[in-house]
Amino acid sequence: MEGSGDTANAPVWPSQATRRSAAWRGARETPLLPPFILFSTFVGFGALTSQTGLSCLDTLFMSVFIFALPGQVVLVDEMARGASVLTAAIAVSATSIRLLPMTVALLPMIRDKRVPKWMVVALAQFVAVTVWVESTRRAPGVPRHLRAAYALGIAALLVGVSSSGAMIGFLVAGQVPSIIAAALLFMMPLYFLLAMLIGAHRTITGLLPILLGLVLGPIFHILIPEFDLVLTGVVGGSVSFLLAHYVLRPQRNDGAVK
Amino acid sequence: MALSSDVLVYIFVAGFAATAIWRFAGFVLSSGLEEDGPVVAWVSAVSTALVAGLIARIVLFPPGALAEMSALVRLGAFGFGVLTFFLARSHMGVGILVGTTVLISAHLVGL
Repeated sequence: MEGSGDTANAPVWPSQATRRSAAWRGARETPLLPPFILFSTFVGFGALTSQTGLSCLDTLFMSVFIFALPGQVVLVDEMARGASVLTAAIAVSATSIRLLPMTVALLPMIRDKRVPKWMVVALAQFVAVTVWVESTRRAPGVPRHLRAAYALGIAALLVGVSSSGAMIGFLVAGQVPSIIAAALLFMMPLYFLLAMLIGAHRTITGLLPILLGLVLGPIFHILIPEFDLVLTGVVGGSVSFLLAHYVLRPQRNDGAVK
Repeated sequence: MALSSDVLVYIFVAGFAATAIWRFAGFVLSSGLEEDGPVVAWVSAVSTALVAGLIARIVLFPPGALAEMSALVRLGAFGFGVLTFFLARSHMGVGILVGTTVLISAHLVGL
């Protein structure tokens, strides 16, 4: 974790550390910024639902059980347009496909013989960009059998903060000046990029998928908007994987693709 | 949608189920994969590129209030944020603070 300004300087783990203490540390060692950004963006989501005739309970329900902002926004949009459940489900699934590769990439890092399956399933249920970024960044510094609990601590904090934000947004909708709303929206992508760069910018293997994604995203968005993110991921990720592993041939286990 | 219970069922099916299915598929597919193996390396690259694509899309084709700012302001502020992040030896807080400040100031100045 060296060299990353925002990371706690990973104190040692006592041998008798429990899952409960690991979960608590997962929450406590989270830098202020990611929860703050999530809170802000969910305030925006609450403000959105309040204008579409949904209740505060609906807003809370979506934030806890979906916990993936793009999917939530798509769902609200479909409901507002009076779409059928099936149409809405297809649209939401299309945005949520991106959670599949994130889950597949994160879980092997936290699996362990001593970790019960329900904890792995529970963590999978809360995989979203922020949880994924924070967990993949910090879990390697945690003893293997405590990583699931540690990541669940991160997820619990972020879910709590997000759903509170959504409800506050629902209640204070329309009171925020638009320049503040714009700044809050702007912080999310900047945080995502910087958090990914922390783990990756020293090696070409780590940097390639980021650069290709940044370039391909807008291109696919213009050409094939329905599947732009999935295509960007599959094309950009596969090309950088092939380049890194068969053309550039770095030494194994450099841990760069994070 | 008159009854609030109908709305919750709608959210449960079209929201929760439609999202949980991919996360659970990820759980099933990830079992038995080696953390350092090529499959995880490839999938990590895919998810990284996908999130990077999402980032570029939000900045270039922004939602909501961010769309009121000009593309020059958005891209410039984003670039400044990334640049100061590197100058500050990979400090996320500095990068985000500078980027957001540049965004607000540039917009107020009328760029």
